[in-house]
Amino acid sequence: MKLLELQAACAAYGQSQVLWSIDMEVEQGAAVALIGRNGVGKTTLLNAIAGVQKLTGGHLKFGGEDLTATPAHGRARAGIGFVPQGRHVFPHLTVMENLTVGLAALAGRKAVKESGIASHIFDLFPKLTQIKNRKAGLLSGGEQQQLAIGRALAGQPRLLLLDEPTEGIQPNVVQQIEAALRRIRTELGVTILIVEQYLDFAWSFAEAYHVMQRGRIIRSGSTAMESASEISHLVNI
Amino acid sequence: MHESAFLIGQVFNGISVASLFVMAALGLALSFGLMRVINMAHGEMLMLGGYLAYLTLLVVPGPLGILVAMPVAFLGAAFLGGILELTVIHRLSTRPLDTLLATWGVSLILQQAARNLFGAIGVQVVAPTWLDHTISFSTGILSGLTLPDTRLFILLVAALILGGVALLINKTRLGLYVRAVNQDRPTAAALGVNARLVDLTVFALGTGVAGLAGVILALLGPVTPTVGQSYIVPAFLVVILGGLGSLVGTTIASLMVGLFTALIEIYVDVSVAQVLLLVFVILFIQIRPQGVIAVRSRALEG
Ligand SMILES: Nc1ncnc2c1ncn2[C@@H]1O[C@H](COP(=O)(O)OP(=O)(O)OP(=O)(O)O)[C@@H](O)[C@H]1O
Ligand SMILES: [Mg+2]
Repeated sequence: MKLLELQAACAAYGQSQVLWSIDMEVEQGAAVALIGRNGVGKTTLLNAIAGVQKLTGGHLKFGGEDLTATPAHGRARAGIGFVPQGRHVFPHLTVMENLTVGLAALAGRKAVKESGIASHIFDLFPKLTQIKNRKAGLLSGGEQQQLAIGRALAGQPRLLLLDEPTEGIQPNVVQQIEAALRRIRTELGVTILIVEQYLDFAWSFAEAYHVMQRGRIIRSGSTAMESASEISHLVNI
Repeated sequence: MHESAFLIGQVFNGISVASLFVMAALGLALSFGLMRVINMAHGEMLMLGGYLAYLTLLVVPGPLGILVAMPVAFLGAAFLGGILELTVIHRLSTRPLDTLLATWGVSLILQQAARNLFGAIGVQVVAPTWLDHTISFSTGILSGLTLPDTRLFILLVAALILGGVALLINKTRLGLYVRAVNQDRPTAAALGVNARLVDLTVFALGTGVAGLAGVILALLGPVTPTVGQSYIVPAFLVVILGGLGSLVGTTIASLMVGLFTALIEIYVDVSVAQVLLLVFVILFIQIRPQGVIAVRSRALEG
């Protein structure tokens, strides 16, 4: 079953068009990697799916429903979880408060009951338990990233959008985050669309990939059929 | 009259003026913090509250009329504020200058409407007898000090409102959403917070509090079509001084402005005091441009 479908999606900043007729599908339960050089429009595409960025053309379907005209909060409530590039934790809120904001996505959902922050979030990121009452703005990059992922999970998403979750984070924390992402897939069954610069991780994590170049998807395929080295010339400078 | 009694009396006056400023400025500060809008018609919410108090007392004349008038004025002003937000402010939200002009227009329309309905002279609200007392001291260093009940009542109402709003912002889920939207609107929305609804609620809450302040104003003097205007300028000063949108900052700034005015008026007349207040605010902003409390830290600007 297709969970997410983009049809001829376009987006622009003012007069300059950044996304050109993007078609993309994400199967329920899949993990899909979105790769490409800096500035090709990966963040814009994820923002457009989350509803933070307006689509200037095309359609977005989620779980069979057309959400093209639905504002960001409606998409979150439909089950699209978002971990933005640069993490965007609320700096003056505590870790616990940040996680609680994530519960907003549960409003009006029939299938899920709100019962506080689910314990599996602290199970995935034990660090968050220790720093529960700290202001998020004071945390390290790795801690903020774990918080941003936990916060999105608090809304019990069906699809998780992750924009470079390991960017600028020290290697040992990167491994923790990657391990957590694998568990989110296998244990929670969350579908994942991830923007990732490290092809090695992308290949070991996702089964499908899309390469972007200048606002278009120029190549798509299966990570099982092709090796990362065949793609790397499209991604590296 | 003992000199210290006089001084304490002035300080007390300053604090009760400050309570009015807090109530008048609270809505301005909240909606500026959240939406970056300046509502020029905010003073007319005070006026509306005053007239609603007058009308309520016509219907419920007894000693408890004023206690009925307060929720009526709150709801009435919140309702009008909500309509204003939906029809004008939201539509112009990306154009601050247009918002300024449009709400100024609304302010003039509301003043004229009041003139047509109630006349230009104004109406009088009589304070209930239980507020008609004064606490006076006749012995000791405080001899000669008199504290009118109405002023104590203002203080109490302002403290309750401030406490209530602080609880709402800091302890409730709605308040958490307000703070989240304040810090990062797109991210809050992407997490499922209906930022539009948060805007509308906060704006209506702010105008509602101004309506409540209007009831208090009505206890102090006649309600006229322009009664809001005399409070709106100090309220703007308070918002600037307080750090544009902070609750604590707004409170401290109100006290500063209230006390400054009351104490300076011992030495100079009222109009000179107004000028000196302006000079004081300008100097303060030169020294501390972020206001008493800096709401937007660097972390937020990135
Ligand atoms: N707010 C903005 N206003 C104008 N142009 C923008 C804005 N944000 C991004 N752009 C432009 O849109 C294009 C795509 O940017 P985007 O951030 O989506 O790229 P990206 O693939 O995520 O890059 P990176 O790998 O560096 O994160 C770039 O050319 C960028 O300069
Ligand atoms: Mg990016």
